[in-house]
Formats: sequence, structure tokens, C-alpha cells
Amino acid sequence: MYKIERNSIIENVKRMLLESVKTLDKEVIDAFQSSRDKEENPLAKSILNKIIQNHEIANSKDIPLCQDTGIVVVFLEIGRELHFDYDLDEAINVGVRQAYVDGYLRKSIVKHPLNRINTLDNTPAVIHHDFIPGNKIIIHIAPKGGGSENMSALKMLSPSEGKEGIINFILKTIKEAGGRPCPPLIVGVGIGGNFEKVAILAKKAIFRHLDDVTINPYDKELEIELMEKINKLDVGPMGLGGITTCIGVKVNSFPCHIASLPVAVNLQCHSARKSEVTLVGKEITNTNN
Amino acid sequence: MEKKLQTPITNEVIKTLSVGDEVLISGYIYTARDAAHKLLIELIENNEPLPFDVKDQVVYYVGPTPAKPNQVIGACGPTSSYRMDKYSPYLMEKGLKVMIGKGDRSKEFNDVVAKYKGLYLLAIGGLGAKLSQCVIENELVAFEHLQSEAIRRLKVVDFPAIVAIDYQGNSIF
Repeated sequence: MYKIERNSIIENVKRMLLESVKTLDKEVIDAFQSSRDKEENPLAKSILNKIIQNHEIANSKDIPLCQDTGIVVVFLEIGRELHFDYDLDEAINVGVRQAYVDGYLRKSIVKHPLNRINTLDNTPAVIHHDFIPGNKIIIHIAPKGGGSENMSALKMLSPSEGKEGIINFILKTIKEAGGRPCPPLIVGVGIGGNFEKVAILAKKAIFRHLDDVTINPYDKELEIELMEKINKLDVGPMGLGGITTCIGVKVNSFPCHIASLPVAVNLQCHSARKSEVTLVGKEITNTNN
Repeated sequence: MEKKLQTPITNEVIKTLSVGDEVLISGYIYTARDAAHKLLIELIENNEPLPFDVKDQVVYYVGPTPAKPNQVIGACGPTSSYRMDKYSPYLMEKGLKVMIGKGDRSKEFNDVVAKYKGLYLLAIGGLGAKLSQCVIENELVAFEHLQSEAIRRLKVVDFPAIVAIDYQGNSIF
């Protein structure tokens, strides 16, 4: 058996959050730059330039990219050989608390949807757990903004609606959202599973790297077709027109019921903040033997 | 070329602005978002005085990150404006002229802006770091308990925005 120190979880969660709120993946910045070069709409070009400048300022002056430092979403891949003698979710929330309180990030979480009283430390995080072989834990973390989350959508289609139904639903969602989710977007799509599974598939999709290519031929074809069609919607950066409505589309699928065709679309704003770390467990030696 | 605007923005200046114009705002603006709007409207409905005179003023929909000890303000990009649609007419009735936020608003809101000959400006969402560099003063005005949603008076210099709804109710969307 193997273990990972509680403190290592806390420190890594804190570090990843503090870094991700001011730094985007290089592939995302590269996508903004190449989109800016291709855009002919002057307003779209000007906005993309400002988004790139914003990233430079955030980095050099240590200021968050966006004032909405999000709700924290965590996907854990937990090695089956690991043993935890503490509450893992609690440790993650301690890391979140330290990042938001000590790091001057905005606390955007309220205790109850109706009483709207702030928890004052941005906890609790939304945490998902998966198990994997081995003695490592992989922590995927993202401070997810409210604006793009609000424009995300889920629909239980009829199987007869097929691929066309999926595409139409996604295009309608993005067109109607306009500038509200802060495009250019990364579009996470889930198809299949059931009601809750499809939402998690879509959420996981926005955690994939921009250059990640799915091996599933159906999903791959859908990613290519959606990318092209979304960028023809003329939503553009911040909804003011242009050919850059999204910089990536990621589709994840899962088997589903004969009667169902669930589809979910989770929108990621241009402040596509995320981070991941792999921690390797230390072997627990049994001193009694 | 951006047009330079000084707050309070006068009726004469408002009339020179068209949808799609890029502007740079300097002067004082007030912050307020969902929770602060709700409280302001409650005060109006109870015939109680507002914590600041909204007449001819500019309201910016923002909830900034806390300022670090060496900073005037943290990241301070706009939040979505549509959530303020049901509150804004009350404030415009009291003389509020200009609103800054992100995204579209309800179709009916174009008529509200036209009725009061006001202005809706777009700030670019997600530019929290860049926009923080335009703020040179930051003073708490009211509702401190709302944390990031408290009302603040900011002094800004060359704050970039785009005209989204003009005084005649024409919209960029």
C-alpha cells in the first residue's frame, strides 16, 4: 500500500489554483494569436489583442486574469493502491480555502442557492472521483467562471434525432448565448450515458488539452464538424461578430439506453484556466513485521 | 480611433455616440452588481435615500477580486448585464445615465435606454487584469457586507469600452 501526505494534497491544490488564475496553457494563447491573425472583423481583432495583453499583464503583475475566480471543479484519478487515513475531499477544500483567502481571490460561493450567504472562502469545491490502477493520484483542477457555466445546457434527445439533433442543439445553445459566456469558447460536449453522466462527460471534455485528439471516430468527426459550424455562427469574440467563436471543441461519449440520446454542452470562457498534477504515493512499511 | 469620455457623461456627449464606437472613459464610476442592485431597489421602493446620488452617474457591473496590499484594486472585468435588466429602469428613473457591463440585454431594454436617453457600454469580459490598470482610486461607498459585491467609487483613466446601446435605443446585438 501507498500513501500521499495530506499536506501535499493541500499545497498542490493551493499552488495549482494560484497559478491557474493568472496563467493559461500555451496552446490556448497560441490559438488566440492565430485567430487574431485570421480575423478580418476589426472589433474581433481588437478584442483578441486585448485578451492576449490581459494575459501578459496578469502574468507580469500577478493579478488574476478575470475577477470571477470561479467555483473550483476537481476531477481526481485515484490509484487503487493508495490508502488515505484522512478525508481527501476535506484536504482539497483546505487547499481551496488557503488559495482564495491568502491569495486575494474572489469568493464567489454562497451557502444555499436561496439564502445567498457567502461561505467567505470559496469552499466547497465540486469534486469527482475515479479510480485508476497503480499508486498515483492525478488531480485535475479548474476555477470555473459563472458566466460560461450559466450558458451551458443539457437535453435528452430522441434517438431518431441523431447527429443532426445533437449539432442543432449545440449550435442553438451557442448562438443564443452570444457574448454572455465570454467567447472565444472551448466547447465541451457530452453525448450518451444518462442524465447526470452526460453532464460530467461534457465537463470532463473541457479539461482535455486543446491539441488532444479523441480516438473514437464518431466523436472525432463530430468535433471537426462542430468546430467548423460554430465558427460560422458569427458570434465572434464577446459576441460582436467574427470567425472566432470557439478555439476548440471536445466531445466525450458513453454507451446509453435504447430510448435515449442525452446531449450536454458545457461552455468554457476564453479565460480557460486549469491545471493538473500527478503525485506518486510513498510505500507504507509495516513496522510490526 | 477611440473617443475620450469624461464622467459624468453629459447629454450632449451621449448624443454624439453611435453603436460600435470604441471609447476610453476617465473620471468617477460606481460599481454595483446583482446583490447591490437588489438592495438599491429595495431602498427606492421604501422611499429611502440611496447611498449615492445616481443622477447623471455611471454604474459599472463588477465584483472585483480583493486588492493586495500594494494594489488599488484586484482583477475587475465586467459581469453579465442581463441580470440587471429588471433593476436598471428604477435607477434610470432616478437619473442614472450610463451602464457598463458585458453581453446583450433583453430586447425591451433598448426602449428603456431610449426612454431615458442613456447609454449602455460594453466592457470586454475576462479582461480583469488589464482593466485593473485603469483604476487609480477605489473607495468603499456602501454595503460592505456584500464583500466583492459592495458599492465602490472608482476613479478610472482611459477605461476601454464599446457603445452597445445608444441614446436612441439602437443596439449592437
